[in-house]
Amino acid sequence: MNDIAAAPAARPEILREPVSTATFGIVQKPLSFWERVTNLGWVRKLALLVVIAVVWEVYARQLDNPLLFPTFSATVLAFFHGVFGGDLFTKAMTSLRVLVMGYAAGIACAAVLTVIAITSRIGTDLLELLTSMFNPLPAIALLPLALIWFGLGTGSIVFVIIHSVLWAVSLNTHSGFLAVSNTLRMVGRNYGLRGLPYVARILIPAAFPSILTGLKIGWAFAWRTLIAAELVFGVSSGSGGLGWFIYENKNQLEIPNVFAGLFTVIVIGLIVENVVFRVLEAKTVRKWGLQS
Amino acid sequence: MNNGTTAAPLLAVRGVTLQYKTKDHLVTATYRVDFDVQRSDRFILLGPSGCGKSTLLKAVGGYMKPIEGEIRLKGEAVTRPGPDRMMVFQEFDQLLPWRTVKENVMFPLRATGRLPRKVALEKAMEYIAKVNLTGFADNYPHTLSGGMKQRVAIARGMAMEPDILLMDEPFAALDALTRRKMQDELLSLWEGTRFTVLFVTHSIPEAIKIGSRILLLSPHPGQVKAELDSLPVDASASAISALEQRIHSMLFADAIEETTTTEKVTA
Ligand SMILES: Nc1ncnc2c1ncn2[C@@H]1O[C@H](COP(=O)(O)OP(=O)(O)OP(=O)(O)O)[C@@H](O)[C@H]1O
Ligand SMILES: [Mg+2]
Repeated sequence: MNDIAAAPAARPEILREPVSTATFGIVQKPLSFWERVTNLGWVRKLALLVVIAVVWEVYARQLDNPLLFPTFSATVLAFFHGVFGGDLFTKAMTSLRVLVMGYAAGIACAAVLTVIAITSRIGTDLLELLTSMFNPLPAIALLPLALIWFGLGTGSIVFVIIHSVLWAVSLNTHSGFLAVSNTLRMVGRNYGLRGLPYVARILIPAAFPSILTGLKIGWAFAWRTLIAAELVFGVSSGSGGLGWFIYENKNQLEIPNVFAGLFTVIVIGLIVENVVFRVLEAKTVRKWGLQS
Repeated sequence: MNNGTTAAPLLAVRGVTLQYKTKDHLVTATYRVDFDVQRSDRFILLGPSGCGKSTLLKAVGGYMKPIEGEIRLKGEAVTRPGPDRMMVFQEFDQLLPWRTVKENVMFPLRATGRLPRKVALEKAMEYIAKVNLTGFADNYPHTLSGGMKQRVAIARGMAMEPDILLMDEPFAALDALTRRKMQDELLSLWEGTRFTVLFVTHSIPEAIKIGSRILLLSPHPGQVKAELDSLPVDASASAISALEQRIHSMLFADAIEETTTTEKVTA
């Protein structure tokens, strides 16, 4: 018994009047310039990019073998040469045009498929079956078949891009739909919404974080598939894209140009990820508090 | 049990049995429940946890079909959810996160095509003012506190001016202080418009404070145990505690029965 601590001794009561809020205003301390700059995500990323470029430059200079690994400066030079003097810009535009066509068509197919899946049980089965069958299938493996069906040209590439986008986007969208809280579903039905208006006004915005993830993955898959497909048969299509540009320059041992081609792919990827998707995110899921 | 009102009820629940079918169980949530709600009633469903109050409210909302019996609103059988029975849920996530407070209140008015945009906005602002949130009309729900979100949900339900407002423990997730304030606010809102509300709770004091009539349900599966008049708002503290005692003993009697039966089973 005597190892139990004694109860605290009696203490006086404390009563205070809170200070009127008018007297202290908003308590804030301005951040230093350095803190404000390093708070910007793009500044930090830009710093990382500079570090990577420097490491590249130093390593390539030490290696001193432009055929194997050209320096960063040589690559940038080749890039500007390609853009302003050569046909790098038109090649990139050709690639982007095909890419956007395939991407948009893939998203449209995914939208149809998931709407069917969400409105009927057999549709759900169909989506689950199709995605488990085709999602593991690399798009590039379908290229030979596509060439027979659609011939050499844009049609075949668009087909394989649709394949690579469709399953990733549908899978994410559908699982996003399934994760919408029961309360929100009941709220939507309470308003008498059914069918397409219900999907458009309740399910899609509620599942938007997953849909956005699907769109990002789909975009990356589309890029990979496109470049791979162009490497395979840019050979016979007259106005090949970036993949063809890389392939051609490799054959002529213009290795800085090969790097410039890869560089272009990376730059476009960076811009889309950090500008397009970033803005989309800020205007939707971040503003709504669905994602921090 | 009926206090003699002869007017056709606004909501008539007759012999309603509700069941859940799960993979390997058939759960009876309520068994042959009857009650009538009159216009401008503050009708309370009171009972212990798991007695099927939420299930009953879902059935009135049109989300569930009774196994037997029927639910009629203004004489018409309830078959599906609709904006004539607006629901206020217990959960804080019932507001659409992608719409501001103002847009959340406007949304059902617009989605049902009931009002043109401008009129809907005016009506929304009017009800937002009633729940004292005018300063937050342009905020997104994730920037509001729990109590504020529930007030928006109530404003949204009331702005639709439904035949009946269905509320499933809307204050249960709030702290005691906010809860008291919200109960007072609900009562003063009711004084203003005399809407009809069907309110679920498992708190006896809340039932007495908010309700004009109280339906007492027995533990699982829910059956009607009693239907009582509540007390006027200005009732004396002793009258309130007497009614509390009475209701408490009704619920408590069940608890004893339950324990004795389980004892018999285990013995
Ligand atoms: N989705 C469901 N599937 C199967 N059984 C359910 C489901 N929802 C509720 N039940 C069962 O139905 C019965 C009544 O549940 P209900 O949610 O209506 O209770 P309640 O009175 O609202 O309780 P509480 O006060 O705790 O909210 C419970 O026994 C519960 O197990
Ligand atoms: Mg409940």
